[in-house]
Amino acid sequence: MEGTLLHPGFFLLAPLAIASFCFMVGVGSSDRFIDWPYLWLLFRNISPYFWAVMGVALCVGTSILGAAWGIFVTGSSLVGAAIRVPRITSKNLISIIFCEAVAIYGVIVAIILQTKLENITRKQGLFTKGNMAAGYAIFGAGLTCGFSNLVCGMCVGIVGSSCALSDAQNSTLFVKILVVEIFGSALGLFGVIVGIIMAGSQGFARVA
Amino acid sequence: MWGWEQLYFNIKDGFLEAIVRGHRGGLLTVPDYNNLTQCEALDDIKLNLTATDYGAYLANEASPLYTSTIVDKCTQKLVDDWNNMRCQADETLAKFLDFCTYGHMIDNVVLIVTGTLHERDVQELLDKCHPLGMFDSIATLAVAANMRELYRLVLVDTPLAPYFSENLTHEDLDEMNIEIMRNTLYKAYLDDFAAFCGKLGGTTAEVMSDLLAFEADRRALNITLNSIGTELTRDDRKKLYSNFGLLYPHGHNELSIAEDFDQIRAAMEKVPAYANVFNKLGYGEAQMLDKLLYEEEVKRCCACFEQQFHYGVFYAYMKLREQEIRNIMWVSECVAQDQKARINDGIVFLF
Repeated sequence: MEGTLLHPGFFLLAPLAIASFCFMVGVGSSDRFIDWPYLWLLFRNISPYFWAVMGVALCVGTSILGAAWGIFVTGSSLVGAAIRVPRITSKNLISIIFCEAVAIYGVIVAIILQTKLENITRKQGLFTKGNMAAGYAIFGAGLTCGFSNLVCGMCVGIVGSSCALSDAQNSTLFVKILVVEIFGSALGLFGVIVGIIMAGSQGFARVA
Repeated sequence: MWGWEQLYFNIKDGFLEAIVRGHRGGLLTVPDYNNLTQCEALDDIKLNLTATDYGAYLANEASPLYTSTIVDKCTQKLVDDWNNMRCQADETLAKFLDFCTYGHMIDNVVLIVTGTLHERDVQELLDKCHPLGMFDSIATLAVAANMRELYRLVLVDTPLAPYFSENLTHEDLDEMNIEIMRNTLYKAYLDDFAAFCGKLGGTTAEVMSDLLAFEADRRALNITLNSIGTELTRDDRKKLYSNFGLLYPHGHNELSIAEDFDQIRAAMEKVPAYANVFNKLGYGEAQMLDKLLYEEEVKRCCACFEQQFHYGVFYAYMKLREQEIRNIMWVSECVAQDQKARINDGIVFLF
């Protein structure tokens, strides 16, 4: 049954969709089917600290997921190919290092983002616009960096696997495929740069 | 890399794919074959092969060497490589690797049954069986007195059981000609294998459907060629053709009514892929056809290595290694019988 009509991801998305729909319908006044103004009230009252720490968590979490993915894709092919052709191991560690760099980008951006988490005093129990902006910006920066590192890690890993296998057959191919990997690892850098720009100008303690 | 296999294929099967690609890198190339064809005696052949991947298997063979010894040792290398991969394979790949060997299993079963009918020695028959197609209870095939016992005692526990029960009843087995039984089993096996690969989806399904379609069409062609002039009726012939492939269904209709080589040729040339093969054959030449079909198979198997993250490379490796062993056998026989003039006619170069 699996793999034909029902993709395995369906079993994660369907309960989530049903639960969120039931939530939206059940909450709020019973005058409307879905009480949009109340839902908006709930949303804008989520603390900016929640968004900020989610951003930090996603940044480091998804970057490392991407790096790990890339390393196992390359590593399994590399180990198998190196049994017959041991000379490829030292050169092809470069592919693993490119994947690892993706994880380091995530950690660096997460450290930069978390320095912006400061304590502020709330006037009349409300957050100012500047506080909210900081929270959203840190979330967005973390998300940007995290997801671009995720796909960058996967990309570098897949190309690294092909690189190891081709190097085993013909050693002149290694440098040429390495160029493809270098372009792939630039994708992670794009995410880092945009993330830092987004969060660079924000801070909880700044005035608006 | 058709769908998203490149993301999760390496979790279970990346290591073995890299290993099988390593084995493929060790297949004999044109310079190796040139060295082999220039040998004067079987000992020279052994010396040349010791420098290749076969080194460990042939190094300790004492002279006098026979062609069959060389071929046996080379086959032993294929079997060892295959079993190494099979031991480490995860579930889906293990099932795929088993499927690849069922063809040999069918040949072994038919060999033992025929041999028993002609009252040959069981041990001698077991020695002639292909090692990739062995299963545990194969020796007891010789004990069964008739087909019904054969099925009930032995075959029902083997992976070949579904191929017997689908199309053959016990009465059929008794009366059926052994070659027809072999081809009926092979048809059921190919259909099953194609369905299994189709269910796997992605690149594996795409690559394997191409390779298996060629195998099915090649068998249809050989069945037609071998049954011209025999008492096999048209309907019986059509029942032996597989239910997939480029020739299915219209080519099969034409092939089943073909009565001589030219009609077969006309039927095959309607498929563009096989028209190329038949163009290289002059009129009236049926002998070269075998070699041309082998060349076509080798070409497709080599092309299959150009995609990554699929199971087709394992099947292709087995086919290429078998072709290489056939080449070594041809070269050894030519050298042993001192017929070096025809030595290059029989070699199908892999690369």
